[in-house]
Amino acid sequence: MFIIHCPYCGELRDEQEYRCAGEAFIQRPRLDCTDEQWGDYVFNRTNPKGRVLEQWAHSAGCRKLFVIERNNVTNEIYAVRTFESYKEQA
Amino acid sequence: MKYSWLEVFKAGFSGQKEWPAAWPEVSPKAAYDVIIVGGGGHGLATAYYLARDFPGTRVAVVEKGWIGGGNTGRNTTIVRSNYLWDEATNLYEHSMKLWEGLSGDLNFNVMFSQRGVYNLGHTLQDMRDIERRVNANMLNGVDAEIVSVAELKDRIPILETGKHVRYPVMGASCQPRGGVARHDAVAWGFARAAAKHGVDIIQNCEVQAMDIDGGRIKGLQTSRGYIKADRVGCVTAGHSSVLAAMAGIRLPVTSHPLQAFVSEPMKPVLHTVVMSNAVHGYVSQSDKGDLVIGAGLDPYSGYSQRGSPHIIDHCASAIVELFPIFSRVRLNRQWGGIVDVCPDACPIISPIPQVKGLYFNCGWGTGGFKATPGSGHVFAHTIGQDKSHPLAAPFHINRFVTGALIDEHGAAAVAH
Repeated sequence: MFIIHCPYCGELRDEQEYRCAGEAFIQRPRLDCTDEQWGDYVFNRTNPKGRVLEQWAHSAGCRKLFVIERNNVTNEIYAVRTFESYKEQA
Repeated sequence: MKYSWLEVFKAGFSGQKEWPAAWPEVSPKAAYDVIIVGGGGHGLATAYYLARDFPGTRVAVVEKGWIGGGNTGRNTTIVRSNYLWDEATNLYEHSMKLWEGLSGDLNFNVMFSQRGVYNLGHTLQDMRDIERRVNANMLNGVDAEIVSVAELKDRIPILETGKHVRYPVMGASCQPRGGVARHDAVAWGFARAAAKHGVDIIQNCEVQAMDIDGGRIKGLQTSRGYIKADRVGCVTAGHSSVLAAMAGIRLPVTSHPLQAFVSEPMKPVLHTVVMSNAVHGYVSQSDKGDLVIGAGLDPYSGYSQRGSPHIIDHCASAIVELFPIFSRVRLNRQWGGIVDVCPDACPIISPIPQVKGLYFNCGWGTGGFKATPGSGHVFAHTIGQDKSHPLAAPFHINRFVTGALIDEHGAAAVAH
């Protein structure tokens, strides 16, 4: 059971309030891309083992999407951040 | 040695203590024609059919842990072939036919028991889906029937069929030829039969890197040294993406934990397999007497071989509502396995276009055990002939470029 701190609500809440929405920062290719590039964007995933950046939604709370940086083997959560904070960093 | 009643009788004189090892412990040779990565059921089956159907091919199986120590030893052992679409049904039915003769083929009792599989419906939409699927199955020559509540009550007396529960049972589909098999025996049986055909089964041998040169596979760097290989077949379930990364490619799969648990052993009480997609739980009773219960997929992705407790809670509630008699049964063990889920809930059995000589058999997600012999058979022919077996052709990885997906989310017993 994950207990996740929502960066928008500012509270620690149970995993059941959230929904894992897959790998974060997937870039959509230009619309004139090839079928291979489009298939890669829609279906292929890196699915790495270890440290990952994922997007999660606080679906039973504020419903906002944010980013969790965690280890998907040990289930340790390193950081929970908003997308905005990555923009500022860049 | 061929196992037979005569051998059992003869071994009785020495107290059944002098049986030879089922397969020899070997060290990797310098080179093979084909290396199968992953010593689970599918990998061992692939090696067996390769060695049997393509004599003279030098085959090895490399396994990072021990044979059958992954999902093969962690699943709920259910075998059925009642899928919806022609492509999937043909593949799983091919497997079912192999199951039916498997103990004889392998000279190893895999304890395949065709005790029937019931899929319960709890809503009108469930019943429409069941009707559609049963009709599709019958058109494809797969045994299937619709069972009314009255008939269910008669066949499975301990099943709660009353109307006072939250999600009353409205009927079911049944595949009488479905059932269960002993998962460890499947791994051991294939390993022994493969070794008999000259396959080297190398345990404690982890692949660390792939040697790819000019778009062609040359060999594998393993924890037990470099092994040259002409062709490599990866059958590593939840860790397929890790292997794919070594080849510099990405796959359309995501790894998730899938949980199951078993109860303390009891006297025979449930003679068949009961699954419910709507309330989410499935249960059978093993020959040892314990209830084998499968839960739903943990929605987050990852590689930790454990899931969240609320998934178990949800599943246990469903089982207890369906079988009130189980409410005071104590559970013995709980565990999770890592499954690789494809967007269309169908596997990938395919050559990899970017790397010549590299093949993947993955994406079985929550339901690969039932396909073990069929998957191994068609994958062996795909590798052996460097051309997709006709039953494997629809499962080529190119479907994620063309868009010709095979949507089996409805027939996969575990909701995604």
